[in-house]
Amino acid sequence: MTATVVRKRSALTKGQLPKFAPYIVLAVALIVGAAILALIGFNAFGWGIVSAILFAVGLVSWSGVVEGARKAKDKLATCLVVGAFLIALLPLISVIFTVLVNGIPGLITPGFLGTSMNGVTGAFDNKAVEEGAPVLGGIYHALMGTLQITLLATVISVPVGLLTAIYLVEYGNDRPLARAITFFVDVMTGIPSIVAGLFAAAFFFAVVGPGTKTGAVAAVALSVLMIPVVVRSSEEMLKIVPNELREASYALGVRKWRTITKVVIPTAISGIASGVTLAIARVIGETAPILVTAGFATTINNNVFGGWMASLPTFIYTQILNPTSPSNPGPSDQRAWGAALVLIILVMLLNLGARLIARLFAPKTGR
Amino acid sequence: MTTNSLTTSQGAGRAGDKVFSGAAMAAGCLILAVLFGVALFLVVQAIPALTAPPEDIQGGNGFFAYIAPIVVGTLIAAVIALVIATPVAIGVALFISHYAPRRLASGLGYVVDLLAAIPSVVYGAWGAAFLAKEISPAYDWLANNLGWIPIFEGPASATGKTILTAGIVLSVMVLPIITSLSREIFLQTPKLHEEAALALGATRWEMIKMAVLPFGRPGIISAIMLGLGRALGETMAVALVLSSGVLTASLIQSGNQTIAAEIALNFPEASGIKVNTLIAAGLVLFVITLGVNMIARWIITRHKEFSGAN
Repeated sequence: MTATVVRKRSALTKGQLPKFAPYIVLAVALIVGAAILALIGFNAFGWGIVSAILFAVGLVSWSGVVEGARKAKDKLATCLVVGAFLIALLPLISVIFTVLVNGIPGLITPGFLGTSMNGVTGAFDNKAVEEGAPVLGGIYHALMGTLQITLLATVISVPVGLLTAIYLVEYGNDRPLARAITFFVDVMTGIPSIVAGLFAAAFFFAVVGPGTKTGAVAAVALSVLMIPVVVRSSEEMLKIVPNELREASYALGVRKWRTITKVVIPTAISGIASGVTLAIARVIGETAPILVTAGFATTINNNVFGGWMASLPTFIYTQILNPTSPSNPGPSDQRAWGAALVLIILVMLLNLGARLIARLFAPKTGR
Repeated sequence: MTTNSLTTSQGAGRAGDKVFSGAAMAAGCLILAVLFGVALFLVVQAIPALTAPPEDIQGGNGFFAYIAPIVVGTLIAAVIALVIATPVAIGVALFISHYAPRRLASGLGYVVDLLAAIPSVVYGAWGAAFLAKEISPAYDWLANNLGWIPIFEGPASATGKTILTAGIVLSVMVLPIITSLSREIFLQTPKLHEEAALALGATRWEMIKMAVLPFGRPGIISAIMLGLGRALGETMAVALVLSSGVLTASLIQSGNQTIAAEIALNFPEASGIKVNTLIAAGLVLFVITLGVNMIARWIITRHKEFSGAN
């Protein structure tokens, strides 16, 4: 009798790794990893990889010996899951680091934000490389193009997207039409951006004339990408407006459309605004649709309805693929990375702005 | 009298109602029309390429000989991206939903979402300037040691601008999509299932294997399909990273091409029948991605109906 009791108690307490076991294994893994790397040539990336593998192997086998196979499997799964997260962080850090390192020299060049590429030829770039002259040319035209095209796309998409969301939430009632719209909006979110660009191009080629490439065509292409995002986010926001608010308004004899414009939308406006901001952030970095619809310009063009237009993404793309001076791509690379840094800053600001809008203007629903 | 004043008054308000609901419905129909228009205009502009004499199409063997290799190239790139991204994305989703401390979880989710916020052209530039250079020694190693496998046949590209590099960049881009969708599904796992598993003495991994993954399987599948749709249609990463060429089996030599990159690289300078050929290629891409997305959405909606029973 007593023997079984003792054995039971020991079964609960024995066979567990001490709390500090992972730290010991980590320290050993780091030291052994450094030693191995020292033999074949040290670098920080390899050190991290080797140490992580050693840590996982060490912890899992120790756990397997002391705790048994099930616990060891659990430890292995934990190591793999945490490892997956760390692996996912690598490209993020690497991309941001690369853009910062390569982009800052371009960004701090005088006139980078204030001048266009008008008249900047390969000769200037050769001079910049060979004689150390300052790198000329900037992104003013591309920045203006991006802002105008995105603004026009927003002006098209927001009313259409918002009205569709209102139809789905307030009038749809799960009718076949509403269900079809929901389904196809979901499908539309998956349209490849270049196909949206081709659609706009094909549409304007057929309606206006072959070879029509203007900022407005690009804006239509971006709208195709932007509308589904606006619909989805606005729909979610309208859905969470409490029904009591609508019923209170109807009870006072207010018409449905007045209820929607005066009660429902103001309640949901913060969520809608942040959704729209996120949609803008999504399309502002789109390259392919602008490439096939707005062409590429090196000069300032403030008319979205006439002539080719530059934008930040296409500026980056063409500066990398077709450097201004083919023999000396250095200055072009510098401009491209500078533009990439500006673009990333724009997108991050929009994302941050969306979160701020959602937080600051959130309605007090008492939840 | 009273009924009269209730039913006849405020004609303006009623007109407002009609106009507003009409506008809302028109906007919804416009979306359907746009999607229909996408298909229609692509078809109309693509027909000349399909009916043109074979020798007018690039390559001289007709449209299908032109499109077949780049369709295969597109699939290769997308499959590489998914093979790499799927396990990592599910791991990340599990980490955020079940492993990370509660307080950190939403912040970490935001960090992964940042991956989705970076514009594709920046990924392309990063892949071409940084990743291709760093990874080419690994390709040399693969060519020397695993060269007997056809997909790693040497000589490896010296610049590293290969379909495998493009696939890796694509995997980074589809990772946040698969992660965020799977995370949502994992968080919806019924708490009772999880607690029941733990109460029976399951370890955390056994709980995930028994409760979370079976519940989330349809969600994971549709997340992968949506990631596939993105990987198929992604342009810039491939256009900037891959030095394209004819279809080759080896993943570590330059060669292969995807539809989206082919369009982006050639459309700006194209004219005449070439424009129609590229639009027809876009139509093929549209049909493929539409099919993939519709299957994914269908799985999600079917799953939605089932999840009520849980």
